[in-house]
Amino acid sequence: MLPPLRQLSRPATIALRAARRPGGARVGPFVRTIVTKRYTQDHEVVVFDDSTMKGTVHITDYAQSSLGDVVFVELPTEGTEVSQGDQIGAVESVKAASDIYAPVSGVVEEVNSKLAEQPGLLNKSPEDQGWLCRIKIKDAAEIEKLMDEAAYKVHCES
Amino acid sequence: MVPFAGYSMPLSYGDVGAVASHHHVRDSAGLFDVGHMVQNIFRGATTTAFLEWLTPSSLSALEPYSSTLSVILNEQGGIIDDTIVTKHAEDAFYVVTNAGRREQDLAWFKAKLDEWNASERAQAGKVEWEVLDGWGLLALQGPAAAQYLQALTSFDLRALTFGKSAFVPIEGFNLHVARGGYTGEDGFEISIPPSETVEVAQILSKLPVQLTGLGARDSLRLEAGMCLYGNDLDEETSPVEAGLTWVIGKDRRENGAFIGAEGVRKHLKEGPPRRRVGMIVEGAPARHGAKIFAPNGGEQLGVVTSGIPSPTLGKNIAMGYVKSGWHKKGTELEVDVRNKLRKATLTPMPFVKTRYWRGE
Repeated sequence: MLPPLRQLSRPATIALRAARRPGGARVGPFVRTIVTKRYTQDHEVVVFDDSTMKGTVHITDYAQSSLGDVVFVELPTEGTEVSQGDQIGAVESVKAASDIYAPVSGVVEEVNSKLAEQPGLLNKSPEDQGWLCRIKIKDAAEIEKLMDEAAYKVHCES
Repeated sequence: MVPFAGYSMPLSYGDVGAVASHHHVRDSAGLFDVGHMVQNIFRGATTTAFLEWLTPSSLSALEPYSSTLSVILNEQGGIIDDTIVTKHAEDAFYVVTNAGRREQDLAWFKAKLDEWNASERAQAGKVEWEVLDGWGLLALQGPAAAQYLQALTSFDLRALTFGKSAFVPIEGFNLHVARGGYTGEDGFEISIPPSETVEVAQILSKLPVQLTGLGARDSLRLEAGMCLYGNDLDEETSPVEAGLTWVIGKDRRENGAFIGAEGVRKHLKEGPPRRRVGMIVEGAPARHGAKIFAPNGGEQLGVVTSGIPSPTLGKNIAMGYVKSGWHKKGTELEVDVRNKLRKATLTPMPFVKTRYWRGE
């Protein structure tokens, strides 16, 4: 298995093709794990690993820089079933509260409990240590409909 | 940069975050460009009487070169705007109003001025009004502000106590300086003629002074328990409800002839139906619009009008309005944030102790 970081740097076309494969069991030693990174209109990122069907949710670097210093993060309860678009928490800076929406449907398996003590991780490391939660994804097709990096860039500039 | 009251204004400067900027003002000094605010001059023999009709303040009793917070009221006693009124003489006042209320204030001033000048009340002399358009207004705020400014002037700033103002020579400029501000810290608000604004701003923004944006301005004023018009005050709110009864002159409460007096007197006599309170909210910060409830699923008592996680206290502070009777300090209430009720405890304001210079 390749380290996820290296896979993230692959051309988007490979990831895209991978995401289009039907979901389901994929246990053979010769099947590669493909990690896909997708963006929402609300500035969340979901990093999807199709071997585990888990998506790790972050806010984008653009989002953290426009929010300013994050001082409080409210996360969903582990085990909660969420539908795409549900409000699952919030990120608060002194300036404003910003809701977090589920980028995909599924079950919240894990939340980043470090954020309770260190909400500043969202500013320091938004797309790595400042992850919000991991969702066990129901339908990989939902990932496909989200924006890729290029489309997200356009979205931010518009 | 964000749009604010028709101006494009910075939330923060450079890469100094709003929180760092906030702490810098509490620990050292910050400079705020508040040139968007409206600076008015009223002159003429009957000016004191005119402004005592426009506001409920005791301006005849105010010492020359002294300021007071005041309110401009509508006929019902609702607040059209809050303002700082500075008396220079019986016949000369300097009045600063909010940029966000410019249109309403100016229309009101014009209508009331015409009415006044056409009436017998102006017999001893008409009132003239001038808006200082294009003038700069800079607020130098923080515990290091006085030392910084003192190094630029021969004027002894120790004599200029909180609420006083003077024309102060600063590096060759002669500027109107008022001691006070919108942060709860010691500080100065400096009015500058149009041609001198940039040069004076440069003189006032050297180390340790940091340029400070709107973000920190809001968190500082809220910690100091001060109102933001549009959030915490509006035309439906009387000064008695807003906890601003102290701006109504004691000698004017019984029979002062100011606009809105009837509504204000009703609230003074019967007590206001709701009151502005401060609170500390557990868990998530409550923001503008969050509903306030009686404990254990009780009735709605009011609404939060401003709220932030306080950078100085590390707690969620908020102000809002609650039904009279529920306004005593220590009262425990609940506030709805994202469909969850959070405990809120009513707390006296200011949340952070003010540190004005009141003399030695």
